[in-house]
Amino acid sequence: MSLLDVNDLAIHFGGVKAVDGVSFSVDEGEVFAIIGPNGAGKSTIFNLISRVYQPTRGTIRFDGQNITGFKAHDIAGLGIARTFQNIELFDHSTVLDNLLMGRHTHRATNFVQDILFLPKVRREEREHRRRVEQVIEFLELEAYRKKMIAGLPYGVRKVVEIGRALAIGPKLILLDEPASGLSVEETRDVAFWIEDMRRDMGLTVLMVEHDMSLVNQVSDRVLAVANGQPLAMGTPAEVQAHPDVMAAYLGTGAAA
Amino acid sequence: MRVVFKTSYDKDIDLHEHGQSRAKIAVLLAVMVALPFFVGNYYLAEAANTLIWALAGMGLMVAVGHTGQVSLGHAAFLAIGAYANAALMNAGLPFLLTFPIAGIITGLFGAIIAVPAVRMSGIYLAIATLAVFVIVEELVILLEPITGGVGGIMAPSITIFGISFDRYASLENFYWLCLAVVAIVTWGYANLMRSPTGRSFLAVRDSEVSARALGINVTRTRALAFGLSSGVTGLAGALMGHYIGFFNYELFSIFISINLLLVVTIGGLGFIQGAFLGAILITAVPQAISIARDNLVGIGIDLSGIPGLDTMIFSLILIGFIIYEPTGLYGRWLKIRTWFEIFPLARKDMFRRQKSYLKTERMK
Repeated sequence: MSLLDVNDLAIHFGGVKAVDGVSFSVDEGEVFAIIGPNGAGKSTIFNLISRVYQPTRGTIRFDGQNITGFKAHDIAGLGIARTFQNIELFDHSTVLDNLLMGRHTHRATNFVQDILFLPKVRREEREHRRRVEQVIEFLELEAYRKKMIAGLPYGVRKVVEIGRALAIGPKLILLDEPASGLSVEETRDVAFWIEDMRRDMGLTVLMVEHDMSLVNQVSDRVLAVANGQPLAMGTPAEVQAHPDVMAAYLGTGAAA
Repeated sequence: MRVVFKTSYDKDIDLHEHGQSRAKIAVLLAVMVALPFFVGNYYLAEAANTLIWALAGMGLMVAVGHTGQVSLGHAAFLAIGAYANAALMNAGLPFLLTFPIAGIITGLFGAIIAVPAVRMSGIYLAIATLAVFVIVEELVILLEPITGGVGGIMAPSITIFGISFDRYASLENFYWLCLAVVAIVTWGYANLMRSPTGRSFLAVRDSEVSARALGINVTRTRALAFGLSSGVTGLAGALMGHYIGFFNYELFSIFISINLLLVVTIGGLGFIQGAFLGAILITAVPQAISIARDNLVGIGIDLSGIPGLDTMIFSLILIGFIIYEPTGLYGRWLKIRTWFEIFPLARKDMFRRQKSYLKTERMK
């Protein structure tokens, strides 16, 4: 059964058709990658799914529910987590606090209870902390718990952002270029984590990625887009061999 | 350097990491409680004034320091708190009721203002809050039956369970009252910052787009922060009304707003402690200037004829802080403390801020 159904999705900014008629569906437990040259509309698709943008046309269904009219802040509660291409962490907080912020959708106390710090708040905090600690262990962030984001190296921030998305406890995680700017070793770690997310946590992964070795390694299916339009969909090997994809990446001469 | 060995999550959840820090607060509180026995009335009144400023500073800190919403209108919330409290007391209600009600009224007013205002940010929000300030100032003059209009209003003497807390007749009691209010608010503020609500404030401050992606309703969070901020400022306003005794709209001028902003920026944005350090500075500097002025007269320099000297000195202090110590007094203190804690290992560049070049594609 498909968890995420994107049907004829389009968004036009004035005359620019950033995404134009993209359809795909992601099955539960699948790792689905979207590839394409720069400016193809990959991140825009992400922003449409996470409701940052309102589509001009088309529908997005998650878990059988039409989420096209939902607000951006309602998405996390449904079980969709995301990371950002240009790391959007809370720079002046610690790693631990960043991860705890990921637990926001699970909060069960209101601000009055919080101000008085009633026993319930403490119980909830312990539970949040326990869940966050699982994420820390999974991503091996133990050494950075109390470090400020602002002082951390790029690679670690990237991992913290994945951790914050995992802290939501999502069904679907959207990873926007999880390997960009990472070293070969770090990229390999990301590949292992994606495998584990799928296998151990039962997550469905939708990612945008340029690193084809990572895409080949982890993804079940790939969608190639260019100029906002879908080019090809299939296994990584099929998509890479598709003449339109080669043309989009290398120019028309290469395909001939 | 002190390393705390943590054996449970509670160690992180607790307000204090270790007993030493808890003891420090206890000692500070004890000294503050005992202050009336050591100092004369003049300095005790100054201490009460500092506490009131710290309270107002904490109010503004919630908005500016922890949620990233600059407000130039907080003098308006001081005014609303002061007038609401005084008017309700004049209507015959006891202080124990009017004081929290004044805070709630101001908080609700702030939250209502915030609903449209929080869609703006940065300088635009500052201008919008400035407009709110102007409107409130006019309202105070127009609502003469309640506020006394241009003539002003008298804050009645406070009596709780038959004990007088009058600012003049029993200054010690009034001081202790201020201290109690400040202590309770500080405790609540610290609780807030270690709870999901406080974290959502920080999230909204640092990155709205990812706050939304985590399920935080940004508009509601900012409105809540602004409401809490103005509520606490309203409490400070109520106390300020009693401290001054007889006041009219001129007490809550735009300079009060600016001074409050000074309190939080000089004190250290994003630190509760910063509100206190800033309040100490803002109340002590005018005293220091007037003392210096008196002494300079003794050696033949007369500065009394120069208008705006205080303002100029404040401006210089502020400019100095922005250039040399953007993290404020508390930030400076943290650096000094770290230097001692890790003594021979401190390096000059340890606190240099790393520039973030990656925050480009901001989505609004």
